[in-house]
Amino acid sequence: MNNHSTSSMIRFRRTIGIGIALTMGMTISACTPKSPDVATPPTGGTGTAPASSPASGGGGGSSLSGAGASFPAPLYQRWFADYNKANPGTQISYQSVGSGAGIEQYLAGTVDFGATDAPLKAEERAKFKAKYSAEPIQVPMTGGSVVFAYNLDGVKDLKLSRAAYCGIVAGKITKWNDPEIAKANAGAKLPDQTIQFVHRSDGSGTTYQFTTHLKAACPVWTAGANKSVSWPVGTGAKGNEGIAAQIQQTPNSIGYVEYAYGKQTSLAMAAIENKSGKLIAPSPEAGAEAFVGEKIPADLALTVADSANPKAYPISGLTWLLLYPQSKDAAKQTALKAVIDWSLTTGKATATELGYVPLDAELTTKVKAELAKVK
Amino acid sequence: MTSPSPSSKEGLLEASTRFNPVRALDQNFRRLTLGLAISVGAILLWIAYSLLIIAIPAIQAFGLGFLVDSTWDPVKNIYGALPHVYGTVLSSLLALIFAVPLGVGVSIFLTENFLQQKILRPIAFIIELLAAVPSVVYGLWGLFVFLPAIKPLLQGLHNFFGWIPFFSTEPGGRQLFGASLVLAIMILPTIIAISRDTLTSLPPKLRQGAYGLGATRWETIVLVLLPAALSGIVGSVMLALGRALGETMALAMLVGNANTVNISWLAPASTLSSLIANQFGEASGLQKSSLFYEALILMVLTLLVNVLAQALVSRFQQVE
Amino acid sequence: MTPLSSQMSAQPDGGDVDFGVSSGRQLFGKVMTGLVFACVAIAIIPLASILFMVVANGLGGFSPAVFTELPPAAGMSGGGFRNAIVGTLVTCAIGAIISVPFGILTAIYTVEFSQGNWISQFVRFCTNVLSGVPSIIAGLFAYGIVVLLTGGFSAVAGGVALSVLMLPTIIRTSEEGLKSVPKATRLAAVGIGATNFQTVTQIVLPAAMPFIATGVTLAIARAAGETAPLLFTCLFNQYDIKGPWEPTATLSVLIYNFAISPYKNQQQLAWVAALIIVVIILVISIIARIVSYRKVY
Repeated sequence: MNNHSTSSMIRFRRTIGIGIALTMGMTISACTPKSPDVATPPTGGTGTAPASSPASGGGGGSSLSGAGASFPAPLYQRWFADYNKANPGTQISYQSVGSGAGIEQYLAGTVDFGATDAPLKAEERAKFKAKYSAEPIQVPMTGGSVVFAYNLDGVKDLKLSRAAYCGIVAGKITKWNDPEIAKANAGAKLPDQTIQFVHRSDGSGTTYQFTTHLKAACPVWTAGANKSVSWPVGTGAKGNEGIAAQIQQTPNSIGYVEYAYGKQTSLAMAAIENKSGKLIAPSPEAGAEAFVGEKIPADLALTVADSANPKAYPISGLTWLLLYPQSKDAAKQTALKAVIDWSLTTGKATATELGYVPLDAELTTKVKAELAKVK
Repeated sequence: MTSPSPSSKEGLLEASTRFNPVRALDQNFRRLTLGLAISVGAILLWIAYSLLIIAIPAIQAFGLGFLVDSTWDPVKNIYGALPHVYGTVLSSLLALIFAVPLGVGVSIFLTENFLQQKILRPIAFIIELLAAVPSVVYGLWGLFVFLPAIKPLLQGLHNFFGWIPFFSTEPGGRQLFGASLVLAIMILPTIIAISRDTLTSLPPKLRQGAYGLGATRWETIVLVLLPAALSGIVGSVMLALGRALGETMALAMLVGNANTVNISWLAPASTLSSLIANQFGEASGLQKSSLFYEALILMVLTLLVNVLAQALVSRFQQVE
Repeated sequence: MTPLSSQMSAQPDGGDVDFGVSSGRQLFGKVMTGLVFACVAIAIIPLASILFMVVANGLGGFSPAVFTELPPAAGMSGGGFRNAIVGTLVTCAIGAIISVPFGILTAIYTVEFSQGNWISQFVRFCTNVLSGVPSIIAGLFAYGIVVLLTGGFSAVAGGVALSVLMLPTIIRTSEEGLKSVPKATRLAAVGIGATNFQTVTQIVLPAAMPFIATGVTLAIARAAGETAPLLFTCLFNQYDIKGPWEPTATLSVLIYNFAISPYKNQQQLAWVAALIIVVIILVISIIARIVSYRKVY
């Protein structure tokens, strides 16, 4: 009996042992694919793969993690990947979890930096001060414009007056051949079709920028300004990608996306009427005009709801990084400052290339001054 | 362990009063399994508790009125679940309307020897496989294959039956009706599998008796077999309903995510789970709390349906 | 009328005896048969279309690079999802590590020790209820107990969510497996002086193993495709994970993200990932089938 029981006991243990070994193998294999990647250069396509950082190298390497806004995510990921190529010691991973979650993680201290499309609110600043007994540091990194992208057969250069786009988002204008739209588009063949308006289904900084403008510019807009609002009309799609995809796939649709996404997906974008009554087509240059002459507040939380500049594309905003004034890990802070500095200078070209609005000289100077506070 | 204690012969569960390391191991093993068994229930309570604790601010703010309020306004911080309860229930019911007759029809086809088993077996296998296909794959298919394919059909519905309120709006790319049809396809394998099991498990006496009394094949099916299998079929339908109510991904991708109550089925809508999937990431404060409140409603809804389904299925098993 | 004549017999309702099957009854049969075949056709078309499209579109975009490269950024071409494959395996493994011992031990209690008392009834009820819990709620649960407490999204959080969904399947199939072991085996073990622990772990459990293995593989198959519970637990990650406490890419979330993307290349990869998931599920189901044939009793 004794013999029998021990032997089958061993057998049973072995079964469990194999199970554990298998699962361990899986966990280990999570790390192993790295090594071949270092040996063989990526065969095209994986432009953003930073996987070749020498994990064993150690010597002065910093691994930073950040989380937050989804609107600048393509730019940040590109910046950080490019920076990593130039400086293999620094690896920065950025999770595009959304501005709200970005601020939450920043306040909780689980990241090395946060990112948001809407500047910190007074109560969030107070929370940070209470926890870290210092002012939070928020620095704008880039700007962007929110554009009306549309899918309308045969209509190339749609122009929307204030009354037209306000009416569309408020659900007052429902047909493409509405006189309010037709007025500005003489000669265009506007169909007698229902306007399929597409908005964000998730909360987003893009929506914050968009509705901040609507609130300032449209008397018919009553839903207010926030990262998500109660939409009077339309279909919801997730993310800038979701809206762009839905517009692609739905004839007679219109929606709002960041200029960068509209550009990358080659969607048609409407010119809209600004405060001075001029029809302005979206572009990084026209977006940059929106910030010209605006007074920059001390916390760098510059928001322009409806620029008075006649050359400006009116729906433009900034996006911020949230940094800690002090940290236990000085090496990380130094590395982070270097990355930001690099992004605002060398990285400018990439920003323009992807359709973002680089900061002007004045803002850049202010950001660098603010960076000095990071220790 | 060297010599078996005499009391162990008396039976598996008789406890001895004498201390003995073998017996102690035995007792502790039993206690361990007992503890884990009870914690299955504890997990359920824990799930409900973990939802409740985050939902409390919303429950305090809106009470039961949450269920009938159709506002979802993050600007004013006022939330109501009506559009989502409406979307959830309506999409599930529409899905059932399509899936139940089809599912029962197919299960009859698979059990009543219309064709040879050689042909039926692969069909049955495909259906089993489809029950395991993840819902996100159904969503992918719905987005790129199914919705574009039925677009003209829905447009036709609107053109000819636009006077009926249910079809009164122009169908957009994504809307409740198309999403419900995909949902119907998703729950079809569940209905087929359980209905088929029920029909095959009926005692052969029933068939023999009915044929013996001169009933045709179809009279046997309609008058004898289906009534006998009814509670099992209803149980399968309830289980499918439970799955439809809780379904997330396919709906989040297809339903259009509009937080409004619209009488038209061709308008975009949203469901409890699709709203959570969409808004959870960026929500904070009362909005996040309201999302957990919605999750709680969803849990209660599916709990009721599932308990009812279990009761029906077990009643059937007793009859058997 | 001839093909039905074999079924003819006296009418049950006495009175008007009719030895033939009336044309009305024949018509009813024909109409119903037609309806059933129509049902099958209507049901098979979409179901076959799903399989066909997944295979066709998936193969169309397939290249070995999908196993070796990282997900492409917006607008980039090529790329793959090696990190998502690893992520799905790791997350499922964590789910299994939690739910398999838990499920098997629970089943041992209800089958071997409870003798059908109220606790076993209660466990059965709870298992049924648990199996009906919508998957997104399992995700919120794991968010509440893991993500909030540890302060970050992780593969562990995703594994916890999946373990909740795997548990009912594992308990049920383990119960069936244990029940399939004849009572005589247990009595024989006890007869030669084995204790409960010895009987269960050395005799009954090994005998029930094929059955239990089937349940475990089926549970893993189901978990591999789950998306909703991973949205707020694993989140996503562009890169490889270095440990279980990081945000983790999974195949299912990748399909979701790429399906709603406007970029053709990403949509294509969504189909490839869908094909790979379906193939994984198919293979697991077939393995489960083969294993369950190797029953000891």
